[in-house]
Amino acid sequence: MGLTPVPAPESRAELDAASPNWVTTKLSALINWSRTRSLWPMPFGTACCAIEFMATAASRFDLARFGMERQSFSPRQADVLICAGRLPFKLAPVIRRVWDQMPQPKWAISMGACASSGGIFDTYTMVQGIDTIIPVDVYVPGCPPRPEGLLYGILLLQKKISGESLTDTALREEQVLGPHGLFLPPSRIDEVSEPFGNSVHQTRSA
Amino acid sequence: MTISPSGPALQSRFGAAVTRVVESCGDTIAYVSRDRAHEILAWLRDDPGQHFNYLTDVTAVEYRDAERPLEVVYQLRSLDRKADLRVKIELAKREPLEVDSVCDLWKGANWLEREAFDMFGVRFRGHPDLRRILMWETYAEGYPLRKDFPLRGHFSRAEQTRQALAANPEAHYSLEELSIAETFHELPAEMRERLAKGERGKVG
Repeated sequence: MGLTPVPAPESRAELDAASPNWVTTKLSALINWSRTRSLWPMPFGTACCAIEFMATAASRFDLARFGMERQSFSPRQADVLICAGRLPFKLAPVIRRVWDQMPQPKWAISMGACASSGGIFDTYTMVQGIDTIIPVDVYVPGCPPRPEGLLYGILLLQKKISGESLTDTALREEQVLGPHGLFLPPSRIDEVSEPFGNSVHQTRSA
Repeated sequence: MTISPSGPALQSRFGAAVTRVVESCGDTIAYVSRDRAHEILAWLRDDPGQHFNYLTDVTAVEYRDAERPLEVVYQLRSLDRKADLRVKIELAKREPLEVDSVCDLWKGANWLEREAFDMFGVRFRGHPDLRRILMWETYAEGYPLRKDFPLRGHFSRAEQTRQALAANPEAHYSLEELSIAETFHELPAEMRERLAKGERGKVG
């Protein structure tokens, strides 16, 4: 996504056409403002992170302050998929179908160590990071993350959405699943996930 | 703790079919031969003096010592007598891992035996529906709790992801598992017809 190099425009006219003008930037700002303040989360809770997610949604931390008043238990009315907990391979087609059912614009938060990297479950049952199945916007570290951590992740996502441009259609493109999941070359995986694990010699692609 | 009276009772009734009875951590363990296990378990359930009417668990154990046989374990409980008994069948690893199903004695054995089959590859002869229960049905890497199974599985992560994504989560559930069976007559006629024909879920 953001890491893909964009080819440089060749002429001035092409540059102007690709650049946002006053109207689109103001419109983007308005639309992004409304999107950031009405994110409807689709909770995909599989483990102890889901308990923290519930705490985040409950009155003490109160997700509703950030425009997430309504938990969307139907993916068709949801904006943000929050994967809270470990994802076994048996659930991989399920989360992919939930993601495919969500309409654009949509974002994903990977909550906790297991959802982000497999965590301690480096075993035969466990998906090693949900970003091999669906594209992820924000990773929240922790085992499980405290509600403040998830709220910070949500604020980061709101910040990310505020910087989006209406003219950038690539943001709204569906990321098609290859036969082996989402393809990321091993070098890219190591680049974005370094340092990983408890040793400087341990890389995520290994 | 001493050996439960069920142990000597088994030995006097079945003789050589009960290879040995030992006490471990307060529990009595009876090792029985594979061929007469079903008969012995049926007697333990039905004999008025035994009356083990509740099957707590069916599982299997494989030890690190490669020479040591794999064991199928039945944990029995008599709810009336408040007594427990563990029955084990030893299976040599070079022979096919097969025992008789006890689903006809305790209906609760159905899923327990499926789990033992899924995790250890023990086949239960006469089981009405011996399929994998924890792993998905098309799982091809083997039996995860066997000692020769690597922790991360046999296949690469990419291949595991590919196979998992190719699995159809709706394809293999029976009516009972979907809890439709009890409300079958309340379903629309058209849906009843489709289900009666054995149609299963499809990925769109």
